[in-house]
Amino acid sequence: MNVSFENVSVEIGGRRIVDNVSLAVPSGTVLGILGPNGCGKSTLLRTLYRAQKPSAGVVRVDGEDIRTLNGREVARRIAVMAQESTQEFPITVREMAMLGRVPHQRGFGADSAADHELIDAALREVGAAHLASRYFAGLSGGEKQRVLLARTLVQQTPVLVLDEPTNHLDIAFQLELMTLATSRGLTVLTALHDMNLASEFCENVALLRAGRLQGIGRPHEVLDEETIRAGFGVDSARLEHPLTGRPLIAVAKLRAEAPGAQPQANHHTEPLKEHA
Amino acid sequence: MNASPITTLDPPRPAAPSLQPPPHRPSAWRRHGTTSLLATGIVLVILLSAGTGPLATSLPEAAKIITGHLIPGMAWMSDGSITVSQDQAVWNFRLPRTLLAGIAGASLALAGALLQTNVRNPLAEPYILGVSAGAGVGAVLAIVAGSTAMAGIGLNAAAFLGAAGATVLVYLLAKQGGIIAPSRLILAGVALGSLLAAITNFLTITTEAQNVYSVLFFLLGSVSAASYGQLVLPGLALAVVGIYAMARSRALNAMLAGDETAIALGVNVTSMRRTLLLATALLTATTVAVCGGIGFVGLVVPHAVRMIVGSDHRRMLPLVVLGGALFLMLTDLLARSVAQPAEIPLGILTAAVGAPFFLWLMRTSGARAAGVGQ
Repeated sequence: MNVSFENVSVEIGGRRIVDNVSLAVPSGTVLGILGPNGCGKSTLLRTLYRAQKPSAGVVRVDGEDIRTLNGREVARRIAVMAQESTQEFPITVREMAMLGRVPHQRGFGADSAADHELIDAALREVGAAHLASRYFAGLSGGEKQRVLLARTLVQQTPVLVLDEPTNHLDIAFQLELMTLATSRGLTVLTALHDMNLASEFCENVALLRAGRLQGIGRPHEVLDEETIRAGFGVDSARLEHPLTGRPLIAVAKLRAEAPGAQPQANHHTEPLKEHA
Repeated sequence: MNASPITTLDPPRPAAPSLQPPPHRPSAWRRHGTTSLLATGIVLVILLSAGTGPLATSLPEAAKIITGHLIPGMAWMSDGSITVSQDQAVWNFRLPRTLLAGIAGASLALAGALLQTNVRNPLAEPYILGVSAGAGVGAVLAIVAGSTAMAGIGLNAAAFLGAAGATVLVYLLAKQGGIIAPSRLILAGVALGSLLAAITNFLTITTEAQNVYSVLFFLLGSVSAASYGQLVLPGLALAVVGIYAMARSRALNAMLAGDETAIALGVNVTSMRRTLLLATALLTATTVAVCGGIGFVGLVVPHAVRMIVGSDHRRMLPLVVLGGALFLMLTDLLARSVAQPAEIPLGILTAAVGAPFFLWLMRTSGARAAGVGQ
């Protein structure tokens, strides 16, 4: 199921967070959205699952404007793994995964045997079956991500949105999670910080800076040294990975003499200004 | 929000398929057991209440009177085995007050459960919305100024108008850009409640001494003057909100996981939050208008139920309604029997009985596992 953004802008409190972004994600491909903190990655993704209303532009899934679909219809097409989880109420892992069935069920009443089988299968697939009766709030960060991924699988949607899914995860599980998420033939949109992770798992990457789309295409086409310097404020070099043979991007602090040099500390708080 | 700043070294676990499928609903027996226990308890307490009072009535006699009124043509109603005053005491005084206590308890508990989910805060209870404080102002105005001065509006109607007015105010204050933020709702409710309580206190302290007792009696809560007519509105509100909440229980479950998650699961959080707020206010206003300020039920009952069956609203809401009803019926029975012939206001007893019970429950291992200790 293909996804497209057409001239999407988002303004919050007079500030333009996303600025006239147009991009298309073909069905069954993985798009990595890269960019420094505050560049509008999450906000752009939020317009897709209707958590944020664009101030201009249209977001389409399977050719249909998501504003013409109701919440349930969108939730049956798009599953989301975002950075939010409740701590206040006692929710078990099984109950958390079962929430993925909400868009498919109606009314009061028990979950069907098919629902339970789906949840068992999903928890097994992400390696969280042994956690099923634990409370979600008591899990480690990695375990929580496994359960949230299981919930998106249970939701059985053709489109999957991941908002910085690998934060707080150890290296091995970062790779495992990205493999789990991208190997199912789904259309995946994922916000990422790690350029190498993006190059390895994404057919295409989009680079955002200060709300604008700087480039979109194959990872090795978009992520050249100049773009990385402009986009992230770091120097980089492309190497060949000695084990896998894939391109590997090694980053370093900006050298003072480099063109367009800027203090690196800034990029966490403010979107970078345009370079000459 | 994942607050853990450390990079957890969570070893990738092999997807080890367990040989036995995990039990799907481990708490099913617990839930059904609790439901039947509560239902039986409610029937027993109704009978016990009907048979308790200054006028001696045995349990079988009380049961006979109630059945005789429900099913016409029972022999014992006309053969003189039951006196007219017994019949009066059971059918016209004890039964309506017990039923009112039940409806009030169920309403307040349901209101508390819905509000806690709505603002995603386990400390919320119906009274933080300022609704009962509004009812207090209305009731005290009616008592202090007298019904004639209030254009013939009675105590209950004045209390309901006060509660409705407070609801509208807190709604308008909490709304910003068409959205009701949970934290703003709590802050607006607490601030408005304090303001209204100040008005109530001022009216109370400046009125004649003979009115003060009536005011206190209302503010502390009682069902002693209950009539069948008073059951209608609270009962209707309970039925309507109860059915709505059950029908939306999956969406309520999604809201527990956070707004963003609920939206991604297809829930219209903005309109859901507004409807839930109105439902909570309706339950509270209709109850408080008739029974006065009965605190603690809305806080303690949902928590106790969560500790027993978990947070899934489909399992929890029916038990919250039954548990709230049983709790307040029992409390009312205590309120009119421990200090006979005097009556202890319900609000005092709900806290005096509920608080120790809740504190005990809080320290049990089940509660710790359910995250109460966090």
